[in-house]
Amino acid sequence: MQRHFDQELQELKSTLIKMGSLAEQSIEKAIQSLLLQDKELALLVINDDFRINNFEIEIDTAIVDLLALQQPVASDLRFILAAAKINSDLERIGDHAVNIAQSSLKLSEQTSFSPSTWETLPLGDELRRITHITKQMLTDAINSFIHLDAMLGENVLLVDDVVDSLNKQIISDLINVMKNNSQFIDQSLELIRVSRNLERVADLATNIAEDVVFITKAKNVKHHATDISDGEKKMNIEK
Amino acid sequence: MENKNTKIITKQLNLFYGSKQALKNISLGIFEHKVTALIGPSGCGKSTFLRSLNRMNDLIENTRTEGTVEIDNVNIYQNGIDVVELRKKVGMIFQKSNPFPKSIYENVAYGPRINGVKDKDILEETVERSLKQSALWDEVKDDLKKSGLALSGGQQQRLCIARALAVNPEILLMDEPASALDPIATAKIEELIYELKENYTIVIVTHNMQQAARVSDYTAFFYIGELIEYDLTKTIFTMPKKKQTEDYITGRFG
Repeated sequence: MQRHFDQELQELKSTLIKMGSLAEQSIEKAIQSLLLQDKELALLVINDDFRINNFEIEIDTAIVDLLALQQPVASDLRFILAAAKINSDLERIGDHAVNIAQSSLKLSEQTSFSPSTWETLPLGDELRRITHITKQMLTDAINSFIHLDAMLGENVLLVDDVVDSLNKQIISDLINVMKNNSQFIDQSLELIRVSRNLERVADLATNIAEDVVFITKAKNVKHHATDISDGEKKMNIEK
Repeated sequence: MENKNTKIITKQLNLFYGSKQALKNISLGIFEHKVTALIGPSGCGKSTFLRSLNRMNDLIENTRTEGTVEIDNVNIYQNGIDVVELRKKVGMIFQKSNPFPKSIYENVAYGPRINGVKDKDILEETVERSLKQSALWDEVKDDLKKSGLALSGGQQQRLCIARALAVNPEILLMDEPASALDPIATAKIEELIYELKENYTIVIVTHNMQQAARVSDYTAFFYIGELIEYDLTKTIFTMPKKKQTEDYITGRFG
């Protein structure tokens, strides 16, 4: 039987996809603004954040209406609950893009910093890697939502550890840079912020991927929840 | 905001059953091509209000109505109103499906026939159109001679909707149209209501608040003969303004 409710769910999904694509573009632009030291691009990211915020409010309202009016159950309910979480994750991703863009602006104010500085920094490669992997995770997480592709989502989960250790490595390398060369303190602090923001984006991409697994498989994979058997859970509680 | 016309306006509508006042000063505008749900506990006046919209209350002895009900700017309680014409324009669907003990075809053709339509082609066309609009056509088209009473409960209700549609009404009043049906048949009726609002103005009384939430655009909450709150269904079910409404829809009543 045709349900007009399906149409409303579809509308919710397409609005989220539009929002996801904006958040993805924001991250991409923020990273480009950093790598190319492009001030205009950084300002664009900062000024466009309101569009992502507007989507958040629109989606929040739609979700409240759907929950109140349609009393969704089973896969419909899981979809709507996950959509609510993805909505706030995407909004946060937009904020992290703004943070990166702001760091990028601050770096461009430093006279000693230019795109070629990347080449002289010992960790240029690592920063490039973390931006590359994070962007890919976000793209895959959003695609896994678009196609409700649990396998793609599960692949995203596997990569998060790589970003975590890259972030740690970058921070420790930058601390060394600062120790050895005080002229790089401001830049290094800014780059630490960038790295942390990227690490958070990767976490949020992971959350989105977990929600896709929840929608499609009705399985909660947060905090490796399904790795733990019921018996072990019980033991953990008793401890 | 979308453009919308007010199809029905009641002004200070009072209705008495003998000395008991069942409706108190109800002033309400019902929008064209929208679904308006009337909710409230038993005895709140919602069914009485519904029946006042096509003067079905006239059939109950000792009723007295004050105030006006305007449909397309004409007060249906003024002298000289042809009640038969009124009820053609304002069709009604009841809780218990009540097909005539006749064939499916004759059930739907009944209205047009008593209105003087004799042309077989026109009758056939009307039956087909009405059954299609009521989403029953595909299930019965091969056996229109079958008795209406041989259909399932849900099908019988859709047959009654087809019968109401056959006389080209503009407004459909539905009094608990799905309360005797199983969930699947109920879902079908609800989807049908959603489709019908494109061409008709629908007012539905339901005890089932979730149903009101699902099918309607506007909701009116009645309590002991009074209209407590009337607003967009979205507003009523997410942020009602009156505490009584909140208590009723959340089940905290009484």
